[in-house]
Amino acid sequence: MNLFTILISTIFVNNYVFARFLGICPFFGVSTKMETATGMGIAVTFVITISSILTWAIDKYILTLLGVEYLQTIIFILVIASLVQFVELVIRKISPTLYSAMGVFLPLITTNCIVLGVAILNVKQGNSLLQTITTGVGASLGFFLALILLSGVREKLELADVPKALEGFPIAVIAAGLMSMAFLGFNGLV
Amino acid sequence: MKLTEIFKNGILKDNPVLVQLVGLCSVLAVTNTVLNAASMALAVIAVLVCSNVVVSLLRKVIPKKIRIPAFIVIIATFVTIVEMLMKAFAQPIYQSLGIFIPLIVVNCVILARAESFAYKNKVFISAMDGLAMGLGYGVAVILLAFIRETIGAGTLFAGTDFVINVFGKGYQPIAMFVGPSGAFIVLGILVAVFKNIIKKSEEKAIN
Repeated sequence: MNLFTILISTIFVNNYVFARFLGICPFFGVSTKMETATGMGIAVTFVITISSILTWAIDKYILTLLGVEYLQTIIFILVIASLVQFVELVIRKISPTLYSAMGVFLPLITTNCIVLGVAILNVKQGNSLLQTITTGVGASLGFFLALILLSGVREKLELADVPKALEGFPIAVIAAGLMSMAFLGFNGLV
Repeated sequence: MKLTEIFKNGILKDNPVLVQLVGLCSVLAVTNTVLNAASMALAVIAVLVCSNVVVSLLRKVIPKKIRIPAFIVIIATFVTIVEMLMKAFAQPIYQSLGIFIPLIVVNCVILARAESFAYKNKVFISAMDGLAMGLGYGVAVILLAFIRETIGAGTLFAGTDFVINVFGKGYQPIAMFVGPSGAFIVLGILVAVFKNIIKKSEEKAIN
Protein backbone atom coordinates (compact mmCIF):
# COMPACT_ATOMS: atom_id res chain seq x y z
CA MET A 1 0.00 0.00 0.00
CA ASN A 2 1.35 3.44 -0.77
CA LEU A 3 1.53 6.01 1.99
CA PHE A 4 -1.27 8.23 0.75
CA THR A 5 -3.68 5.30 0.65
CA ILE A 6 -2.72 4.38 4.21
CA LEU A 7 -3.33 7.92 5.36
CA ILE A 8 -6.80 8.20 3.79
CA SER A 9 -7.70 4.71 4.91
CA THR A 10 -6.76 5.26 8.56
CA ILE A 11 -8.38 8.68 8.81
CA PHE A 12 -11.65 8.05 6.99
CA VAL A 13 -12.37 4.53 5.75
CA ASN A 14 -11.11 2.52 8.71
CA ASN A 15 -11.31 5.30 11.26
CA TYR A 16 -9.84 3.87 14.46
CA VAL A 17 -12.73 5.09 16.57
CA PHE A 18 -15.72 4.43 14.35
CA ALA A 19 -14.66 1.27 12.55
CA ARG A 20 -12.15 -0.38 14.87
CA PHE A 21 -13.44 0.72 18.29
CA LEU A 22 -10.09 1.87 19.64
CA GLY A 23 -9.83 4.78 22.06
CA ILE A 24 -13.50 4.74 22.99
CA CYS A 25 -12.98 5.70 26.66
CA PRO A 26 -11.29 9.08 26.08
CA PHE A 27 -13.53 9.55 23.04
CA PHE A 28 -16.53 9.79 25.34
CA GLY A 29 -14.64 11.01 28.39
CA VAL A 30 -13.21 14.25 27.04
CA SER A 31 -15.63 15.08 24.26
CA THR A 32 -17.97 17.21 26.34
CA LYS A 33 -16.20 20.44 25.38
CA MET A 34 -14.45 21.44 22.18
CA GLU A 35 -11.51 22.90 24.11
CA THR A 36 -10.62 19.78 26.08
CA ALA A 37 -11.16 17.68 22.97
CA THR A 38 -8.56 19.73 21.11
CA GLY A 39 -6.04 19.38 23.96
CA MET A 40 -6.52 15.63 24.09
CA GLY A 41 -6.32 15.35 20.31
CA ILE A 42 -2.96 17.14 20.18
CA ALA A 43 -1.55 15.08 23.05
CA VAL A 44 -2.66 11.79 21.49
CA THR A 45 -1.25 12.69 18.07
CA PHE A 46 2.06 13.48 19.67
CA VAL A 47 2.28 10.28 21.74
CA ILE A 48 1.03 7.87 19.06
CA THR A 49 3.48 9.14 16.47
CA ILE A 50 6.48 8.79 18.77
CA SER A 51 5.37 5.52 20.32
CA SER A 52 4.72 3.82 17.00
CA ILE A 53 8.26 4.61 15.88
CA LEU A 54 9.73 3.41 19.19
CA THR A 55 7.74 0.19 19.38
CA TRP A 56 8.51 -0.57 15.74
CA ALA A 57 12.24 -0.24 16.41
CA ILE A 58 12.04 -2.27 19.62
CA ASP A 59 10.13 -5.05 17.92
CA LYS A 60 12.45 -5.20 14.94
CA TYR A 61 15.83 -4.78 16.64
CA ILE A 62 15.29 -6.30 20.07
CA LEU A 63 12.31 -8.64 20.37
CA THR A 64 12.62 -10.39 17.00
CA LEU A 65 16.40 -10.67 17.21
CA LEU A 66 16.21 -12.26 20.64
CA GLY A 67 13.25 -14.43 19.65
CA VAL A 68 11.06 -13.20 22.48
CA GLU A 69 8.08 -11.86 20.52
CA TYR A 70 5.74 -13.17 23.20
CA LEU A 71 6.91 -10.37 25.50
CA GLN A 72 5.42 -7.88 23.04
CA THR A 73 2.41 -6.82 25.12
CA ILE A 74 4.40 -6.29 28.33
CA ILE A 75 7.28 -4.44 26.69
CA PHE A 76 5.01 -2.24 24.56
CA ILE A 77 2.83 -1.11 27.46
CA LEU A 78 5.92 -0.33 29.55
CA VAL A 79 7.47 1.64 26.70
CA ILE A 80 4.26 3.58 26.21
CA ALA A 81 3.88 4.30 29.93
CA SER A 82 7.44 5.56 30.29
CA LEU A 83 7.22 7.49 27.04
CA VAL A 84 4.16 9.30 28.31
CA GLN A 85 5.97 10.21 31.54
CA PHE A 86 8.99 11.37 29.57
CA VAL A 87 6.95 13.46 27.16
CA GLU A 88 5.22 15.07 30.10
CA LEU A 89 8.55 16.05 31.68
CA VAL A 90 10.00 17.39 28.44
CA ILE A 91 6.95 19.44 27.57
CA ARG A 92 6.81 20.92 31.05
CA LYS A 93 10.43 22.07 30.69
CA ILE A 94 10.29 23.30 27.11
CA SER A 95 6.86 24.82 26.69
CA PRO A 96 4.69 25.67 29.69
CA THR A 97 1.92 26.90 27.37
CA LEU A 98 1.71 23.59 25.55
CA TYR A 99 1.92 21.81 28.89
CA SER A 100 -1.05 23.68 30.27
CA ALA A 101 -2.96 22.87 27.08
CA MET A 102 -2.36 19.13 27.14
CA GLY A 103 -0.83 18.45 30.55
CA VAL A 104 -3.84 16.94 32.28
CA PHE A 105 -4.50 14.57 29.41
CA LEU A 106 -1.05 13.07 29.19
CA PRO A 107 -1.29 10.60 32.11
CA LEU A 108 -4.63 9.41 30.74
CA ILE A 109 -3.06 8.42 27.45
CA THR A 110 -1.27 5.40 28.89
CA THR A 111 -4.55 3.56 29.20
CA ASN A 112 -5.82 4.82 25.85
CA CYS A 113 -6.02 1.63 23.85
CA ILE A 114 -5.49 3.39 20.54
CA VAL A 115 -1.80 3.86 21.39
CA LEU A 116 -1.16 0.21 22.17
CA GLY A 117 -3.54 -0.82 19.40
CA VAL A 118 -1.65 1.07 16.69
CA ALA A 119 1.66 -0.31 17.95
CA ILE A 120 0.44 -3.92 17.88
CA LEU A 121 -1.36 -3.59 14.54
CA ASN A 122 1.77 -2.13 12.92
CA VAL A 123 3.86 -5.06 14.04
CA LYS A 124 1.17 -7.56 13.06
CA GLN A 125 0.90 -6.15 9.54
CA GLY A 126 4.69 -6.13 9.16
CA ASN A 127 4.79 -2.45 8.17
CA SER A 128 7.98 -0.66 7.17
CA LEU A 129 9.14 2.37 9.17
CA LEU A 130 7.52 4.88 6.82
CA GLN A 131 4.28 2.91 6.74
CA THR A 132 4.36 2.73 10.54
CA ILE A 133 4.76 6.48 10.89
CA THR A 134 1.98 7.11 8.36
CA THR A 135 -0.35 4.70 10.15
CA GLY A 136 0.44 6.40 13.46
CA VAL A 137 -0.21 9.88 12.11
CA GLY A 138 -3.34 8.75 10.27
CA ALA A 139 -4.75 6.91 13.27
CA SER A 140 -4.26 9.87 15.56
CA LEU A 141 -5.67 12.34 13.04
CA GLY A 142 -8.69 10.06 12.67
CA PHE A 143 -9.09 10.00 16.43
CA PHE A 144 -8.70 13.79 16.55
CA LEU A 145 -11.34 14.20 13.84
CA ALA A 146 -13.79 11.91 15.60
CA LEU A 147 -13.22 13.68 18.91
CA ILE A 148 -13.78 17.14 17.43
CA LEU A 149 -16.91 16.01 15.57
CA LEU A 150 -18.47 14.42 18.65
CA SER A 151 -17.60 17.32 20.94
CA GLY A 152 -19.25 19.69 18.47
CA VAL A 153 -22.40 17.58 18.55
CA ARG A 154 -22.33 17.26 22.34
CA GLU A 155 -21.97 21.01 22.86
CA LYS A 156 -25.16 21.47 20.85
CA LEU A 157 -26.86 18.57 22.63
CA GLU A 158 -26.61 20.39 25.94
CA LEU A 159 -29.21 22.85 24.74
CA ALA A 160 -31.36 20.28 22.98
CA ASP A 161 -34.50 18.71 24.36
CA VAL A 162 -33.38 15.13 24.93
CA PRO A 163 -35.71 12.44 26.36
CA LYS A 164 -34.93 12.18 30.06
CA ALA A 165 -33.84 8.56 29.98
CA LEU A 166 -31.27 9.26 27.27
CA GLU A 167 -29.67 12.31 28.86
CA GLY A 168 -25.90 12.39 29.19
CA PHE A 169 -23.95 9.33 28.13
CA PRO A 170 -26.61 7.34 26.22
CA ILE A 171 -27.42 10.11 23.75
CA ALA A 172 -23.70 10.73 23.18
CA VAL A 173 -23.21 7.05 22.29
CA ILE A 174 -26.18 7.12 19.94
CA ALA A 175 -24.83 10.28 18.31
CA ALA A 176 -21.53 8.48 17.85
CA GLY A 177 -23.43 5.57 16.29
CA LEU A 178 -25.08 7.85 13.75
CA MET A 179 -21.71 9.42 13.01
CA SER A 180 -20.21 6.00 12.47
CA MET A 181 -23.02 5.26 10.03
CA ALA A 182 -22.08 8.43 8.16
CA PHE A 183 -18.47 7.26 8.03
CA LEU A 184 -19.67 4.09 6.28
CA GLY A 185 -20.11 6.40 3.31
CA PHE A 186 -16.33 6.45 2.89
CA ASN A 187 -16.36 2.70 2.24
CA GLY A 188 -14.91 1.82 -1.12
CA LEU A 189 -12.93 5.04 -1.31
CA VAL A 190 -9.66 3.15 -1.11
CA MET B 1 -17.77 -6.45 53.32
CA LYS B 2 -20.12 -9.33 52.68
CA LEU B 3 -19.83 -11.57 49.64
CA THR B 4 -23.40 -10.97 48.50
CA GLU B 5 -22.74 -7.25 48.59
CA ILE B 6 -19.58 -7.64 46.50
CA PHE B 7 -21.45 -9.60 43.85
CA LYS B 8 -24.39 -7.22 43.89
CA ASN B 9 -22.00 -4.30 43.42
CA GLY B 10 -20.08 -5.96 40.61
CA ILE B 11 -23.04 -7.14 38.59
CA LEU B 12 -25.65 -4.45 39.27
CA LYS B 13 -24.80 -1.34 41.24
CA ASP B 14 -21.26 -0.78 39.96
CA ASN B 15 -21.50 -2.77 36.75
CA PRO B 16 -18.24 -1.87 34.99
CA VAL B 17 -19.80 -1.54 31.54
CA LEU B 18 -23.34 -0.29 32.09
CA VAL B 19 -22.80 1.95 35.14
CA GLN B 20 -19.12 2.86 35.36
CA LEU B 21 -18.84 3.00 31.56
CA VAL B 22 -15.24 1.82 31.44
CA GLY B 23 -13.51 -0.64 29.13
CA LEU B 24 -15.88 0.15 26.30
CA CYS B 25 -13.51 -0.51 23.41
CA SER B 26 -13.61 -4.26 23.77
CA VAL B 27 -17.30 -4.16 24.68
CA LEU B 28 -18.20 -2.63 21.34
CA ALA B 29 -15.78 -4.71 19.33
CA VAL B 30 -16.49 -8.23 20.56
CA THR B 31 -20.26 -8.13 20.83
CA ASN B 32 -21.02 -8.96 17.19
CA THR B 33 -21.67 -12.59 18.15
CA VAL B 34 -22.56 -14.22 21.46
CA LEU B 35 -19.65 -16.64 21.08
CA ASN B 36 -17.10 -13.82 20.76
CA ALA B 37 -18.62 -11.97 23.70
CA ALA B 38 -18.62 -15.04 25.95
CA SER B 39 -14.99 -15.87 25.09
CA MET B 40 -13.92 -12.31 25.76
CA ALA B 41 -15.81 -12.34 29.05
CA LEU B 42 -14.00 -15.53 30.10
CA ALA B 43 -10.64 -14.00 29.22
CA VAL B 44 -11.42 -10.83 31.18
CA ILE B 45 -12.65 -12.80 34.22
CA ALA B 46 -9.47 -14.91 34.21
CA VAL B 47 -7.20 -11.87 34.01
CA LEU B 48 -9.20 -9.91 36.60
CA VAL B 49 -9.23 -12.69 39.19
CA CYS B 50 -5.55 -13.57 38.73
CA SER B 51 -4.33 -9.98 38.76
CA ASN B 52 -6.45 -9.13 41.79
CA VAL B 53 -5.04 -12.12 43.68
CA VAL B 54 -1.43 -11.29 42.84
CA VAL B 55 -1.81 -7.58 43.56
CA SER B 56 -3.43 -8.42 46.86
CA LEU B 57 -0.66 -10.88 47.76
CA LEU B 58 1.99 -8.29 46.95
CA ARG B 59 0.17 -5.31 48.43
CA LYS B 60 2.65 -4.96 51.30
CA VAL B 61 5.68 -5.38 49.04
CA ILE B 62 4.79 -2.94 46.26
CA PRO B 63 5.82 0.60 47.24
CA LYS B 64 3.09 3.16 46.85
CA LYS B 65 5.00 5.35 44.40
CA ILE B 66 5.50 2.73 41.71
CA ARG B 67 2.28 0.82 42.21
CA ILE B 68 0.71 1.70 38.84
CA PRO B 69 3.63 0.41 36.71
CA ALA B 70 3.76 -2.66 38.96
CA PHE B 71 0.04 -3.31 38.42
CA ILE B 72 0.45 -2.89 34.68
CA VAL B 73 3.26 -5.44 34.56
CA ILE B 74 1.21 -7.93 36.59
CA ILE B 75 -1.83 -7.45 34.36
CA ALA B 76 0.24 -7.65 31.17
CA THR B 77 1.76 -10.93 32.35
CA PHE B 78 -1.63 -12.55 32.80
CA VAL B 79 -2.91 -11.13 29.54
CA THR B 80 0.07 -12.68 27.76
CA ILE B 81 -0.64 -16.03 29.42
CA VAL B 82 -4.29 -15.91 28.37
CA GLU B 83 -3.29 -14.91 24.85
CA MET B 84 -0.86 -17.82 24.55
CA LEU B 85 -3.43 -20.29 25.91
CA MET B 86 -6.04 -19.08 23.44
CA LYS B 87 -3.57 -19.26 20.58
CA ALA B 88 -2.77 -22.86 21.50
CA PHE B 89 -6.22 -24.24 22.28
CA ALA B 90 -8.83 -21.98 20.68
CA GLN B 91 -7.39 -20.81 17.38
CA PRO B 92 -10.67 -19.66 15.69
CA ILE B 93 -11.65 -17.51 18.67
CA TYR B 94 -8.12 -16.16 18.91
CA GLN B 95 -8.42 -15.11 15.26
CA SER B 96 -11.80 -13.44 15.60
CA LEU B 97 -10.99 -11.53 18.80
CA GLY B 98 -7.65 -10.54 17.28
CA ILE B 99 -6.07 -7.41 18.67
CA PHE B 100 -8.57 -7.11 21.50
CA ILE B 101 -6.92 -9.87 23.52
CA PRO B 102 -3.62 -8.00 24.06
CA LEU B 103 -5.68 -4.85 24.56
CA ILE B 104 -7.16 -6.34 27.75
CA VAL B 105 -4.04 -4.79 29.32
CA VAL B 106 -5.42 -1.30 28.89
CA ASN B 107 -8.94 -2.24 29.95
CA CYS B 108 -9.54 0.28 32.71
CA VAL B 109 -11.74 -2.12 34.70
CA ILE B 110 -8.78 -4.28 35.62
CA LEU B 111 -6.42 -1.48 36.60
CA ALA B 112 -9.19 0.23 38.54
CA ARG B 113 -9.97 -2.91 40.58
CA ALA B 114 -6.28 -3.44 41.34
CA GLU B 115 -5.91 0.14 42.48
CA SER B 116 -9.16 0.63 44.36
CA PHE B 117 -9.80 -2.84 45.79
CA ALA B 118 -7.04 -5.45 45.60
CA TYR B 119 -4.31 -3.09 46.83
CA LYS B 120 -6.27 -2.52 50.04
CA ASN B 121 -7.93 -5.87 50.76
CA LYS B 122 -7.13 -9.47 51.66
CA VAL B 123 -6.54 -12.14 49.03
CA PHE B 124 -9.79 -14.11 49.10
CA ILE B 125 -12.05 -11.09 49.10
CA SER B 126 -10.01 -9.53 46.25
CA ALA B 127 -10.42 -12.70 44.20
CA MET B 128 -14.17 -12.55 44.78
CA ASP B 129 -14.24 -8.89 43.80
CA GLY B 130 -12.41 -9.76 40.58
CA LEU B 131 -14.91 -12.52 39.88
CA ALA B 132 -17.88 -10.24 40.58
CA MET B 133 -16.60 -7.42 38.39
CA GLY B 134 -15.73 -9.91 35.66
CA LEU B 135 -19.22 -11.37 35.83
CA GLY B 136 -20.67 -7.86 35.61
CA TYR B 137 -18.61 -7.30 32.46
CA GLY B 138 -19.68 -10.70 31.14
CA VAL B 139 -23.38 -10.11 31.72
CA ALA B 140 -23.20 -6.77 29.94
CA VAL B 141 -21.29 -7.99 26.88
CA ILE B 142 -23.38 -11.14 26.48
CA LEU B 143 -26.60 -9.14 26.73
CA LEU B 144 -25.33 -6.70 24.12
CA ALA B 145 -24.15 -9.49 21.85
CA PHE B 146 -27.48 -11.29 22.26
CA ILE B 147 -29.40 -8.25 20.98
CA ARG B 148 -26.95 -7.46 18.20
CA GLU B 149 -26.65 -11.00 16.90
CA THR B 150 -30.38 -11.73 16.94
CA ILE B 151 -31.36 -8.59 15.04
CA GLY B 152 -28.24 -8.16 12.94
CA ALA B 153 -27.70 -11.71 11.76
CA GLY B 154 -30.91 -13.49 12.71
CA THR B 155 -28.89 -16.22 14.43
CA LEU B 156 -27.79 -17.07 17.93
CA PHE B 157 -24.58 -18.85 18.99
CA ALA B 158 -23.15 -18.68 15.46
CA GLY B 159 -19.78 -20.38 15.34
CA THR B 160 -20.78 -23.16 17.72
CA ASP B 161 -22.63 -26.42 17.05
CA PHE B 162 -25.89 -25.02 18.37
CA VAL B 163 -26.69 -22.33 15.83
CA ILE B 164 -30.30 -21.20 16.11
CA ASN B 165 -32.10 -19.28 13.38
CA VAL B 166 -34.20 -17.11 15.66
CA PHE B 167 -36.67 -15.77 13.12
CA GLY B 168 -36.59 -18.72 10.74
CA LYS B 169 -34.81 -18.97 7.40
CA GLY B 170 -36.71 -16.24 5.56
CA TYR B 171 -35.55 -13.44 7.87
CA GLN B 172 -33.71 -10.57 6.23
CA PRO B 173 -31.03 -9.56 8.78
CA ILE B 174 -30.47 -5.87 9.52
CA ALA B 175 -26.73 -5.89 8.99
CA MET B 176 -26.31 -2.47 10.59
CA PHE B 177 -26.66 -4.03 14.03
CA VAL B 178 -23.65 -6.27 13.56
CA GLY B 179 -21.66 -3.34 12.18
CA PRO B 180 -20.01 -0.56 14.17
CA SER B 181 -22.93 1.88 14.15
CA GLY B 182 -25.29 -0.73 15.59
CA ALA B 183 -22.80 -1.37 18.39
CA PHE B 184 -22.89 2.24 19.49
CA ILE B 185 -26.64 2.62 19.25
CA VAL B 186 -27.53 -0.62 21.06
CA LEU B 187 -25.04 0.21 23.82
CA GLY B 188 -26.59 3.65 24.25
CA ILE B 189 -30.08 2.24 24.56
CA LEU B 190 -28.95 -0.51 26.92
CA VAL B 191 -27.18 1.98 29.23
CA ALA B 192 -30.30 4.17 29.28
CA VAL B 193 -32.55 1.21 30.13
CA PHE B 194 -30.18 -0.05 32.82
CA LYS B 195 -29.88 3.42 34.38
CA ASN B 196 -33.63 3.68 34.64
CA ILE B 197 -34.04 0.20 36.13
CA ILE B 198 -31.46 1.00 38.82
CA LYS B 199 -33.10 4.34 39.52
CA LYS B 200 -36.55 2.78 39.83
CA SER B 201 -35.31 0.04 42.17
CA GLU B 202 -33.56 2.63 44.36
CA GLU B 203 -36.71 4.69 44.58
CA LYS B 204 -38.61 1.58 45.57
CA ALA B 205 -36.02 0.78 48.26
CA ILE B 206 -36.37 4.27 49.75
CA ASN B 207 -40.15 4.15 49.84
